[in-house]
Amino acid sequence: MEMMALWEILISASFWAAAIRIASPLIFATLGELLCERAGVLNLGIEGIMVMGAFTGWFAVYLGLPLWGGVAVAFASGMVFGLLHATLTVPFGLSQHVVGLGVTLLATATAYFAYRLALPQVTSPPRIDPFQPLPVPILSDIPFFGPALFTQTALTYAAFGLALVVGVVLYRTPLGLAVRAVGENPAAAAAQGLSVTGLRMGAVVVGSGFMAVGGAFLTLSAFSSFFFDMVNGRGWICIALVVFGAWRPGKAVLGAVLFAAFDAGQVRLQQTELGAVLPYQLFLALPFILSIVALVIMSRRAEVPAALMVPYNKGER
Amino acid sequence: MRLEAIPNPSSLRRYGFPALAIVATVLVASVLSWVAGAEPFATLGLIVKGATGSRLAILETLNRATPLIFTGLAVAVAFRAKLWNIGAEAQLYAGAVMTVVIGTSAWGVVWLQLPLMALGAVAAGALVLLGPVLLKTRFGVDEVVTTLLFNFVMLLFVSWLVEGPLKDPMGMGWPKSTPVDRDLRLPRMVEGLRLHWGFGLALIAAVLVWLMQARTVLGYEIRAVGQNARAARFAGIPVNSVLVKTALLSGGLAALAGFSEVAGLKGHLTRDLSPGFGYTGIIVAMLALLHPLGVVVAALFVAGIFVGADSMSRAAGVPTYLADILLAVALLFMVLALGLSRYRVVWK
Repeated sequence: MEMMALWEILISASFWAAAIRIASPLIFATLGELLCERAGVLNLGIEGIMVMGAFTGWFAVYLGLPLWGGVAVAFASGMVFGLLHATLTVPFGLSQHVVGLGVTLLATATAYFAYRLALPQVTSPPRIDPFQPLPVPILSDIPFFGPALFTQTALTYAAFGLALVVGVVLYRTPLGLAVRAVGENPAAAAAQGLSVTGLRMGAVVVGSGFMAVGGAFLTLSAFSSFFFDMVNGRGWICIALVVFGAWRPGKAVLGAVLFAAFDAGQVRLQQTELGAVLPYQLFLALPFILSIVALVIMSRRAEVPAALMVPYNKGER
Repeated sequence: MRLEAIPNPSSLRRYGFPALAIVATVLVASVLSWVAGAEPFATLGLIVKGATGSRLAILETLNRATPLIFTGLAVAVAFRAKLWNIGAEAQLYAGAVMTVVIGTSAWGVVWLQLPLMALGAVAAGALVLLGPVLLKTRFGVDEVVTTLLFNFVMLLFVSWLVEGPLKDPMGMGWPKSTPVDRDLRLPRMVEGLRLHWGFGLALIAAVLVWLMQARTVLGYEIRAVGQNARAARFAGIPVNSVLVKTALLSGGLAALAGFSEVAGLKGHLTRDLSPGFGYTGIIVAMLALLHPLGVVVAALFVAGIFVGADSMSRAAGVPTYLADILLAVALLFMVLALGLSRYRVVWK
């Protein structure tokens, strides 16, 4: 009986459409984190930067900017906090754990402070007109795959496009080679005449921008409003997804979709007989438990960037 | 630019930079209250007054500091060994759950049951951190992510408990646990003052942790592992077993925050028992420079800011989130100050 229910969920196009939708913000933020880590910097600011992006993107659109303007504002706000993180961790070489958590606390508190300041005494946050599904001509007419993959919002297509761009830049351009080099062996990269500080800071700043866009997806494409706690641990899950994806953009996207499929699945399973028997909290905890399990399985054979979390200081060896 | 280590930093350097960090934080807070349309110095004055201005305010600050001393100690102990326990929130709730479970079962032997509630809480908290640490020592899984993710699992577990097995049948349908028996609450420290023995317990814990770190072999080993795990292993220190011991201690300390909140203040368990005490413990520990006695001072400071910001917000209309910004800024400035007190910046 349960197996039938599960099977029916798996063959429905709406389920896969939901999975792709849920995966989108994770893809943005995971790619951002991946970029930071490939350059050698663990960015625990991700959770707070996503909150910041969710707020600034939504607020910009609420003030009258077009949707893509909101995305740009979110990206910029992420870069600001990325710059803060990068300044403290790269040239000053401070603890990436503590700075990252500090940035998360600061970005979250600042977003909430600004929200309360801008909209005092509102009980339900104002809504904006979010991104609408944009069927791709011809492709969206394909049975099953059309409604599942090609009837998404523009921001979802952008997420997958970004994965392609990040992959190409990292593996097919001199810039990408340089970024990977400072994450693997900064001393050797510096001997080649590369600026370790510049490359690492650049990767963190741009990566943080992507994280903020991931947050903005929640307000601009998914929920059309800003709520407290709406990011709800997604940033931490993205850090697990980077490990799961073995620091490769393609595998990370695959991981995000797989994870999102579980998430979409647990929502649907709650509505079956299984949901009537088991507490709903178990279903909600599943994504977090799954992330921990994935970490354990993958950590044994993952190829961690050799200089991850190792600050580089010229003249110190 | 490049950093140059200073072999023996002067005490002006060692204490001057952290002092500067506090000054810089106050400046940021002033700017923010100005942005919010309030008089900067008046806002700061209101925060100080709200935290210390009356007997009631001071008691409130002490009560708020109690769980922060425990979580601050938990983080300080772990960070000293470079064990990144970001899961104090989950360990706090594990302690609170155990306190309720033992405290609501009828035994009739009060003098035995109250200490057992505390011990049970410690065991539960230690167990919660044991998992991530074993994953770290056995499989090399980063404990930052596992402890962070587990916070969410724990909170959902608590949510289930207070709606299901532990739910108060007399609670008018609210998701809260059956209250701990009146006889099993922590007594007040001074008759007539609303301050429970959880605060005294926290002070004792701080002194004990300080003695452990300064006077015992384990304290020495924890420091050695934190400074350089490879060198410590080379010197014959059993690094993994030191990490496990540190974890048990850290998890147990965080759980005592849950115990004291339930047995000392609230009496029952709810989903919002902790407004992030576990995460704030990280700020407390860093502001204290990871020193156990410093944790007490830092916890009082942080608690004062929260309590003061609450009353300031009512009076001046500046959002209470000012307190959270202030503390995050203080944390970042303090880390920077610590770096600058040990390194000299060379521009070239």
